[in-house]
Amino acid sequence: MDGKGFFIDLTKCHACRGCQVACKQWHKLPAEETHNWGSFQNPQDLSFITYKLVRMEESVENGKVKDWLFFPDQCRHCIQPPCKMVGDMDDERAILQEFETGTVMFTARTKNLFADEIRDSCPYDIPRVNELTNVLSKCDMCFDRVINGKLPACVLSCPTGTMHFGDLDDMKAMAQERLAEVKKIYPNAVLGDPNAVRVIYLFQDRPSKYHGRAVASVGPRLYNRQQAFAKLFRPNRKA
Amino acid sequence: MTNHYNDLMNSDCILMMGANPAENHPVSFKWVMKAKEKGGKILSVDPRYTRSSSKADLYVPMRSGTDIAILGGMIKYILDNDLYFKDYVVNYTNASFLVNPDFGFKDGLFTGYDPQTESYKKDTWTFQMDAQGIPRKDPTLQDPNCVFQLMKKHFERYNLDRASETSGSPKDKLEEFYKMYAATGAPDKSGTIMYAMGWTQHTTGVQIIRAMAMIQLLLGNVGVAGGGVNALRGTSNVQGSTDQALLFHIIPAYMPTPRANLATLDAYNATTPKSNDPKSANWWQNRPKYIASLLKAMYPDQDPATSYNFMPKLDVGQNCSWLVLFDHMHQGKFKGYFVWGQNPAGSSANSTKTREALSKLDWMVSVNVFDNETASFWKGPGMNPAQVKTEVFALPPAVFCEKEGSVSNSGRWIQWRYQGPKPPGQCVRDGDIMLELFTRIRDLYKKDGGAFPDPILNLNQKDIAKEGKSFPDRFDPQKVAKLLSGYDVNTGKQVANFTQLKDDGSTACGNWLHSGAWTEDGNNMARRDKTQTEMQANIGLFPSWSFAWPVNRRVLYNRASVDLNGQPYAPHKAVIKWDGSKWVGDVPDGGWPPSERHPFIMRAEGYGQFFGPGLADGPFPEHYEAMECPYEEHPFSGQLHNPTALKFAGEAAMRAVCDPRYPFVGTTYRVTEHWQTGIMTRWLPWLLETMPQNFAEIDPELAQLRGIKNGDKVILENMRGAIECVAVVTPRMQPLISMGQKLHQVGTTWHYGWLHPKDGGDSANLLTPSVGDPNTGIPETKTFMVNIRKA
Repeated sequence: MDGKGFFIDLTKCHACRGCQVACKQWHKLPAEETHNWGSFQNPQDLSFITYKLVRMEESVENGKVKDWLFFPDQCRHCIQPPCKMVGDMDDERAILQEFETGTVMFTARTKNLFADEIRDSCPYDIPRVNELTNVLSKCDMCFDRVINGKLPACVLSCPTGTMHFGDLDDMKAMAQERLAEVKKIYPNAVLGDPNAVRVIYLFQDRPSKYHGRAVASVGPRLYNRQQAFAKLFRPNRKA
Repeated sequence: MTNHYNDLMNSDCILMMGANPAENHPVSFKWVMKAKEKGGKILSVDPRYTRSSSKADLYVPMRSGTDIAILGGMIKYILDNDLYFKDYVVNYTNASFLVNPDFGFKDGLFTGYDPQTESYKKDTWTFQMDAQGIPRKDPTLQDPNCVFQLMKKHFERYNLDRASETSGSPKDKLEEFYKMYAATGAPDKSGTIMYAMGWTQHTTGVQIIRAMAMIQLLLGNVGVAGGGVNALRGTSNVQGSTDQALLFHIIPAYMPTPRANLATLDAYNATTPKSNDPKSANWWQNRPKYIASLLKAMYPDQDPATSYNFMPKLDVGQNCSWLVLFDHMHQGKFKGYFVWGQNPAGSSANSTKTREALSKLDWMVSVNVFDNETASFWKGPGMNPAQVKTEVFALPPAVFCEKEGSVSNSGRWIQWRYQGPKPPGQCVRDGDIMLELFTRIRDLYKKDGGAFPDPILNLNQKDIAKEGKSFPDRFDPQKVAKLLSGYDVNTGKQVANFTQLKDDGSTACGNWLHSGAWTEDGNNMARRDKTQTEMQANIGLFPSWSFAWPVNRRVLYNRASVDLNGQPYAPHKAVIKWDGSKWVGDVPDGGWPPSERHPFIMRAEGYGQFFGPGLADGPFPEHYEAMECPYEEHPFSGQLHNPTALKFAGEAAMRAVCDPRYPFVGTTYRVTEHWQTGIMTRWLPWLLETMPQNFAEIDPELAQLRGIKNGDKVILENMRGAIECVAVVTPRMQPLISMGQKLHQVGTTWHYGWLHPKDGGDSANLLTPSVGDPNTGIPETKTFMVNIRKA
């Protein structure tokens, strides 16, 4: 059994943000206090209380907008999740990988992990920490819905057929089929790491135009001073 | 919509102009994307590059308010290049009709203009009649007085240079747009238009839509799958409220409101549209049956001739449209005001005037789910509560999912909703609020008498209220639905549809277009049956899903989708087809065999109208600048503005025309994340999180010019008001070259208000002018002049 997966066809996403709000609704997550920062995108980034975020990037050529790219960012539920590999070194019950669906699940025991390390380990920069409790959070594939035969909240909310959910093999096939079709209009179209993840994006342009960490191996994560120092003290890890 | 949402997927070319469906009608976009998947072209023409534009094959920027220049250019392009669908134009439109030789057009004015009244006498806007009283025609379309030649002459001025110069749209983009859209003139192709308030909210709004309707007729796009003229209505049930005539000029199902000069039912019926052409169905000739049945529905115990006298009557020429009502309120002509599910302090053009008008009332009742800028206007900015005499009552209503009833979507599907949760606390369903109000007023009339108690005392109760129940559980939506659909008063049986309605008082029907929604078979609006024939499945037509007015017809004017032998022009997406003995597919526009009746059955003559003599501002569309504009002249005529626009005394000095203090073209819109004035969304934290504050979108050059950085607080201002918001500096906005000048546009939303959230900003309608379209009175909130500066 290969578990479950998403196929997210970005050629059809027009950023209605139904998925972003549906995620908050199902998980009963509070709203963040935001302000308009000169963009339609809000919140500005993922957070401990925002698992799903529609990122928006204007693609500009010669000063003129060529495209407006929308990217509903979320955990990819990697087949071999690096976050779990790192987390298991400190607490094997902190990050779980559910057998039937393949869901990568963060538990409250993530408080026992080094949050920065977990975030660093993610090729897509997804996990976020609660600074007060040190607990980490991210998309849980609406596991409680899925085991009851329901679609994840984000998929259910999507009006355009951008978001799909089902058996991973089916999603992979759907992604390949759609890629072949879309290439006729968007020659740069590409699937994001289709063999490594359970959440397969179809990008109509180079993934880096959507987001620096849209696909793995785009480049190393950059560190601010605080993060750099945290790395320095890495040897003092918990027993 | 002549068509419906699913049908968008059948289109070869979807034009989004005057609408931004990805953001404002996001669920409709599912069908747009399906059309694209099937190879259809998607076009977006908009002052801004929007979320809709991001999915378009072609985006054309434009100056707000120049739609007729652009569409007129397309009409000329189609005519010059012989791209129109000739059989359709000759057989199904009034292109061949001969017009009164005295009709003319000169320098922006049609014949009959009276500068004193700023209106037209339409006695020359007529057709030449033959001895039988049928319009004379020239099917060769060569007669210089035929509609086709007059149209050609009228649009001769709309060349590509002029269209581009006026609109600021680059010539190459315009030409590409014309070419892509005009390709749907092939008999088996269809193009459709998705428009909304971006077209209606101009002083030329109705004529913009007319221009597009003419394009659709030229290309043979009306009546076909993937075609039509499709208005995306602004709220979920606004189609239903229009059908029930929540407007001043019509009574339910689009019959004209009685006027004072029509003192009797006979006089009213004498105005029924007539045709001497035996091949014209002239459906409105049935109007006497519908008015009699409506009167019987309202007054079951009176004969219609008597109860007609109970109907309120407008004076001849009286205009009670929105802006006029608020102008009268501002003059202190009203004592009281029910504001029901609305927030005019934010939604109404020239909101300062609106807010002042509210202070002239003795009382106001606000029925709304949340507190809002209207209900609390007395403590708003610039108001001194001690000086406001208006007494405000706030009533808490149930929300949509707490009520049973019907909701009509833009595609005319009347869909039944069951009640979900019960209304919390003291919240009451609107129907019960109204019924209780009525009952108490009636009791007062009974007790104390009054000037004219009959209309109140005779009003139908049995078909509205539940027996033996009391407030707040008396209103019966099922009974009302049955009354709207209609029944035989002698047998009590529901009618099958409006063909069974009578003009003698023997049938009662509250809305002839809803007739058939609830028959002896039950509630057809509640049907959720996906059964369809192969032919229906081919075009996504579900005849047993809910009920569409009229008579469950899904595509209006579908008799124009077939040739004179009843065979579809586009066999691969046929809407109807004559199989030799009957029609198959959709419900046809009347069951007559092919070519026995002209297809446009709601027009007296039976033809689609290029020459439209019914409008206030001319039988052909003409470009005029908005009432506030950056120029003192334009290249089409010496008439700067629509000479018949609705305006108000004393406000001309408050309008900026070529005023260096307000050099930028402003426009307003909505975003996906908020709803109208934001009453229902600003209080929801998850939605507020996504769009927390009002903003102004500007191009990077304008930002540089004004020293504004992305995310800066800015002030938008003009002579009517000022609002503070956040600058969104984006290449999605671009300066345009229009009339030889570089022109910047500023876009902002009208979702926010001073009440909540505290730093959200106030309504953009503080900036918009109180001027309106002469036909509808809809305010011109899409084009006005502003200045922008750093806060």
